[in-house]
Formats: sequence, C-alpha cells, structure tokens
Amino acid sequence: MADLLENPVNEHHGPPRAKIQIVPLKGLPFAAAALVLVSVAIATNWTWLLMFSHVAGGGLWTAIDLFVGLVIGPILGRLSIPARAEFSAKFMPAMVIIMPTLVTMNLGSGFQLARKLGNLNAASPNHGWVIASMIVVGIMATIALGILEPANIAVLFEMNKPVPNGERIGRLMKRFIYTAGITGVMQLATLVFMTRIATQ
Amino acid sequence: MSAATSPTSAPAPTGDRRFPPVAWMTTGALAVVVIGGILMASYAPRKAPLGVAGGLLGLAVLLLLAVVVTFARLRDFAWPTFAKVFKWALLAYVIEAAMIEFSFVRNHTSGASLQIVTGMLVVFAVSVPTTIAFTVARYAD
Repeated sequence: MADLLENPVNEHHGPPRAKIQIVPLKGLPFAAAALVLVSVAIATNWTWLLMFSHVAGGGLWTAIDLFVGLVIGPILGRLSIPARAEFSAKFMPAMVIIMPTLVTMNLGSGFQLARKLGNLNAASPNHGWVIASMIVVGIMATIALGILEPANIAVLFEMNKPVPNGERIGRLMKRFIYTAGITGVMQLATLVFMTRIATQ
Repeated sequence: MSAATSPTSAPAPTGDRRFPPVAWMTTGALAVVVIGGILMASYAPRKAPLGVAGGLLGLAVLLLLAVVVTFARLRDFAWPTFAKVFKWALLAYVIEAAMIEFSFVRNHTSGASLQIVTGMLVVFAVSVPTTIAFTVARYAD
C-alpha cells in the first residue's frame, strides 16, 4: 500500500523522459538564413533569387503538406500510442521551425514576383489564376495558423508535463492530422494554379 | 455572467474545462484580415477599394477587442503559461509581419493603403500568437 502511494499508477515509470525542446534552437540559424535570403531577394528585386525563394519555399511547403497529410498522418493514426508519442516528440518541434519559414519564403517572394512579372495586372491572362491561388493560400494559412499550429504546440507542451494526458494528446493530434490532410488536398489546387501560370 | 465566460462551466466529456471561444475569435480576426490582404494584393498596383478593406480591418479589430474583454472576465487561467508562449510567438510573427510589410513598401504601397495593410499586419501579428498561447494555456494544469 505504501509502495502504491509512493508510485501512483498513472505516473510515468522507467527512465525519466527527456524534455522536448519545443523550438529546436539549432534550427533557428537555418530559418534566419532563409529569411535573410528572402529579404535580399525583395530588396534587390532580383528575378532569379525571387523565383528561387518562391519555388524552393513553395515546392517544399506543398510536398511536406501532401506527405504529412496523406502519407505520415494515416500511418501515425495506425501506430501504437507510445510509438506515436515518440515520433511526435521528434517530428513536431521540427515542424514548428520548418513550416513558418517555408511559408514566409514562398509568400514574401511570391507577391513581389507576381508584381514584377505583371501577373497582378488586371489585363494579364494570369491575373485570375494568381487571385485564385491567393484565395486557396489564404484558406490554407487560416487553417494552418488558427488550428494546426496551435494544436502542434499544445501537444508538445502536454508531452512535457510529468503526467501527460493521453486522451488530450490524441484529440489534439487528430486535429493536427485532419487539418494537415485538408491543407494537403488544397495544395493540389495550388499545383494546378502555379503550373497554369508558368505555362500561359 | 454568461455560460460562455463562466469559469465554472461544466467540463467537457474529456475532463477539460470549458473556455470562451477565444481561439475562434482570434482565428476569425485572422480570416478577416486574410480576406482584406487578398483584396489589397489583388488590386496592386491599382488602388484597392479602401472602404471595404477598412471595414474588414475594423471588424478584425472588434474581434480582438472582444477577446480582450473576454480575457478581462476570465478567472483561474494559466496566465504565466499564456504570457510565456505569447511573447515568443509574438516575436516570431512580428518578424513575419515585418517581412510582408517590407514587400508591400518595396512595391510602392503608400498612404491610406499602406496604413490599412499595416493595421491588418498588426492584427495578424497579434491574433496568431494569441491563438497559440491560449490553446497551450487552456490545457496547463
């Protein structure tokens, strides 16, 4: 009985869990370098650098969204709870750095590029496609910033507690996976719009 | 006190306490400024209809003010956790908003258009950290 009181059943046993670093500090120099690159591209108005930032940021954003939403998400849903927790503890902090950086690279340079190439002019044959892509990106950004990212960070904080609430983590992870799936599918529309713009 | 803001509301089936819809209001403010931003960007380099854009900005500000009022009425909330998350998220989103502002300024946006874009970016830079910090703090034990 005394032993039971000293070791409540819901307490974590075994070796102490390592604290999760919610924002991986070693990733920050890479994020800063990417933001400097976009700033230089915008300041110099250099078409190649703007195109590079836009395509590199957008390509990776689209690929990661599709891969997480349509491949990783369903696999994660079928894993055991401990496996899911271990994967998430490594995966989610990386996403905290990677995704906002890619989105900033893509959108910051994309607006400047659209303006420079004349795609924002109402007379441009690409005008409608650019506006359509802005609408899709706007919806994706609202979902990602309003639902997906808060759920991602809340999961990491929950996992850092001495006794994490598994049910709560499951609920927040479900939200993360569903919204990643929705934005992944919407990325398909972005692929259509961007390839139309590039070939008009 | 309304049920929506009552700190003693019945707990959700999962055992979590019910909270006012702060995250919905901040995400609503974000959605409104995203619509306004698309409107402004779609007219560049021409002048966007500033009345509509200004109206959207006003709506977003009203939503954020409603959040402030809701916070003032909130009791037994993990404010230290909220503050810790909010300040770091704010730093990140201020940098992001500054990048977008730089892009608009670089593209010769000026006058009332720039003021509205700046207002929208302020809403963006405040609403996202509030959503993140509130979502984390509501689950803090």
